[in-house]
Amino acid sequence: MSRKNLIVVGNGMVGHHFLEKLVDTPAVSDFDIKVFGEEKLLAYDRVHLSEYFGGSTHNDLAMSTADWYAEQGIDLRLGEQVTGIDRDRRVVSTPLGEYPYDELVMATGSYPFVPPIKGNEHPHCLVYRTLEDLDDIQASAKGVKTGVVVGGGLLGLEAANALKTLGLEAHVVEFAPRLMPVQLDSDGGALLKHKIQELGVQVHTEKATTEIVEGEDARLRMNFSDDSHLETDLIVFSAGIRPQDALARDCGLEIGERGGIVINDQCTTSDPHIHAIGECALWSERIFGLVAPGYTMARTMASVLSGDKDAAFTGADMSTKLKLLGVDVGSIGDAHAQTAGAKSIRFNDEQAGHYRRMVISEDGKKLLGAILVGDNGPYDTLLQYMLNEIDLPDSPEALILPESEGGAPALGADALPATAGICSCHNVSKGDICDVIDAGCSDLGAVKAETKASSGCGGCAALLKTVVDNELEKRGVEVSKDICEHFPYSRQELFHLVKVNGIRTFQTLIKEHGKGHGCDICKPAVGSILATCWNEHVLATDHVPLQDTNDTFMANMQKNGTYSIVPRVPGGEITPDKLIVLGEVAKQYNLYTKITGGQRIDLFGATLSELPEIWEKLIAAGFETGHAYGKALRTVKSCVGSTWCRYGVQDSVGMAIHLEDRYKGLRAPHKIKFAVSGCTRECAEAQSKDIGVIATENGWNLYVCGNGGMRPRHGDLFATDLNDEQLVSTIDRVLMFYVRTADRLQRTSVWMENLEGGLDYLKQVVLEDSLGIGQELEEHMEGLVGTYQCEWKTAVEDPEKRKRFREFVNAPEKKDPVQQWSMERDQKRPAFEGEVEPA
Amino acid sequence: MSVRTDWKAVCTVDDLISESGVAVWTEDGPVAIFYLPHRLPALFAISHTDPFTGKNVLARGITGDLKGQPVVASPLYKQHFNLETGQCLEDETVKVKTYQVLLDGEQVRLAIPVKRPESEVA
Repeated sequence: MSRKNLIVVGNGMVGHHFLEKLVDTPAVSDFDIKVFGEEKLLAYDRVHLSEYFGGSTHNDLAMSTADWYAEQGIDLRLGEQVTGIDRDRRVVSTPLGEYPYDELVMATGSYPFVPPIKGNEHPHCLVYRTLEDLDDIQASAKGVKTGVVVGGGLLGLEAANALKTLGLEAHVVEFAPRLMPVQLDSDGGALLKHKIQELGVQVHTEKATTEIVEGEDARLRMNFSDDSHLETDLIVFSAGIRPQDALARDCGLEIGERGGIVINDQCTTSDPHIHAIGECALWSERIFGLVAPGYTMARTMASVLSGDKDAAFTGADMSTKLKLLGVDVGSIGDAHAQTAGAKSIRFNDEQAGHYRRMVISEDGKKLLGAILVGDNGPYDTLLQYMLNEIDLPDSPEALILPESEGGAPALGADALPATAGICSCHNVSKGDICDVIDAGCSDLGAVKAETKASSGCGGCAALLKTVVDNELEKRGVEVSKDICEHFPYSRQELFHLVKVNGIRTFQTLIKEHGKGHGCDICKPAVGSILATCWNEHVLATDHVPLQDTNDTFMANMQKNGTYSIVPRVPGGEITPDKLIVLGEVAKQYNLYTKITGGQRIDLFGATLSELPEIWEKLIAAGFETGHAYGKALRTVKSCVGSTWCRYGVQDSVGMAIHLEDRYKGLRAPHKIKFAVSGCTRECAEAQSKDIGVIATENGWNLYVCGNGGMRPRHGDLFATDLNDEQLVSTIDRVLMFYVRTADRLQRTSVWMENLEGGLDYLKQVVLEDSLGIGQELEEHMEGLVGTYQCEWKTAVEDPEKRKRFREFVNAPEKKDPVQQWSMERDQKRPAFEGEVEPA
Repeated sequence: MSVRTDWKAVCTVDDLISESGVAVWTEDGPVAIFYLPHRLPALFAISHTDPFTGKNVLARGITGDLKGQPVVASPLYKQHFNLETGQCLEDETVKVKTYQVLLDGEQVRLAIPVKRPESEVA
């Protein structure tokens, strides 16, 4: 059988998802696939578009790579716009030629609706849809003060966030009496408006713009029907979307009354060889302007083309949960109680800024819909009640009341049926999770890797963990958090025991709370906890035996038993004199030297007894220990910043040195790396660090919990436009909270992923002080900063401590005969086996 | 020749570190001496050489107990060695040399097998 030609018009999120699903079916070998994209860029994540101004690039947002298309044998033609479809001859035409098709899938998406207002053709009237649009907005915003978004819906508020990120005074103008009229009711909309205004975005509701004219104080003036006006430098229209159906219209396909390519349950149009998916398609007289229903259509389409006769799109849940300008907003099902007989239960706490509404069926048994503003905590539970039609408890109001008011805890995992959808991005049900656990996945990480659950928007992370833990427990897998055989506690619990009981030594802790005498797992962990709590010298008599060799000897043991030395070079800034000292010391002790990834210099091959002598010289020249051996702050990498760089907007080196000096010596569950970039070009690669700081025109954007290494992870944007003091106090809180709550050897990235509630929860704790411990965290950090000592300085000055560095206590002059060296590229290195005869 | 001559004085109590190890050089090569004050006897001596790498590092490992046995973890690749028997817990085919050790007043003495010509033996 000869292969058929499949053409896909449009390379957006939905078009790409369709191809991802299609290549997983055997049918993919039946087709030669061509993809045409009007934009020159590969499909990217429009949901997170506003992050583009927060430092994300197209690469961060891209859904895939050109290599992926090549590997799948798909002919990807970006920037080649399809201009016509000839249905009789079954060919599409582009400016470059004609291409025949057997099956044609349209995934052309939508375009922003620009209301027909006089003056809307002004060059500083823009839209918000593509990365090119964002570039235009950025160019227009340069050097001006204010921006207006027309449209107070979901995308409009995203756009307002983007303007705010660009440093503009942002306004939102909405025609309806409230924000997000589709998803929210008037009380919810009012609270959202109040919260957004508090964040510095002006909201103008019930304003109909009549015309846009030249401004007096700014570029433009918007005149409203109530005779008021607003001056602004640029206007972004975000007043809804319209299906991109021009091609379909031109070739005579059936189009809905208000636009949209009409499709049936198999996503097929009025022509049996042409199909449509995503925002361009009209199903049952509805357009679905969200990505999840588009993905569902994409999956249906892939099944249909692979010959699955039962595949059908039967509508999609339009529930949404999101954070707009930092404010939680959730809308589930029939939020406006349009079902006959529907009743509502409302909880409105103006003090805390929480609004919650449940819409329940006439008999009070089922949940039909819900609205949440201010706190999405109950969202997952409510969504499961609605989607799975679970019977409501006798007092359904408990689901939205705070727990102190008799509110119910989250829905237990057992109450969910096997069909319950856990991850909507990747369509993973509870049943799928049970299947992979039965097939051998025995922890959360394995389940994630196998099912992809929680790797899309991540909104289901907490629910997924609950389900996985519950299923593992049911199968008798003990989810043990004990650190080792000596302590029946997790690191976090040990931390509390030490802190609350004022315990200062390992011996006391194990006598009172553990058994046996400890091991190489619990001793260093407790050593680190004691250091965080009391900050005594690591070589104090009681602490010496707790430390790994690296901490004990304050150097990094290498494979041949010798050590490497890394002095601190804050921010990577070093004077020529200090460089010369490093060179001279390295030469005198014949050390191999290499520049590290953290902008420092590592000196290798020192013996134990040489360490104090070498440090004596380094300290005399003004160096301090770099803690390269410790579970502690390593480096704060920086780019050269505004002092030298033509593009820098802040002094990144100065900030890096300030941060490195502040947090040096801090003991943590694992090593911690920072970086500070002086502008959005991000030359310091801050987004791959535990703490990443990127300069903006107005201050600093803070990213947290990034990682390089084995499992790279981009940091999450945590707070924007902080001034120096705000930056430091925010980092104080994040770090201290990490140090107190993370598990042993858990980097910040894994900690964050395992933190219930994830990024949102961390923001609540740190930025909103939801636990009321913000002050305490800052004071704890301040105390540690105040008691910092250079461990090496203390050690070389104390003869008792220096005694530890004798290689053989009975033969101080004896050199270890095992160490053998060879030369390579003019430096020494450990000899390979067989390279030299043992002495 | 008395029996005591086989017990070599290698260091003093002051050189020892509680709950940890120090290395001494002997005619039989480098030896690690551990002082675990909670045990009786409290002194242990095993070869200082890590059998997996041939490097002299074992005295710098972390001590502790696993299932009741006193152990040290190699600082290089973290295998555990029983301080009484020298047995590696992760690999039953690997064992490090052990030495008898005793405290004689302030002196720490090791029983070192010294090879001497037959003629010197009384």
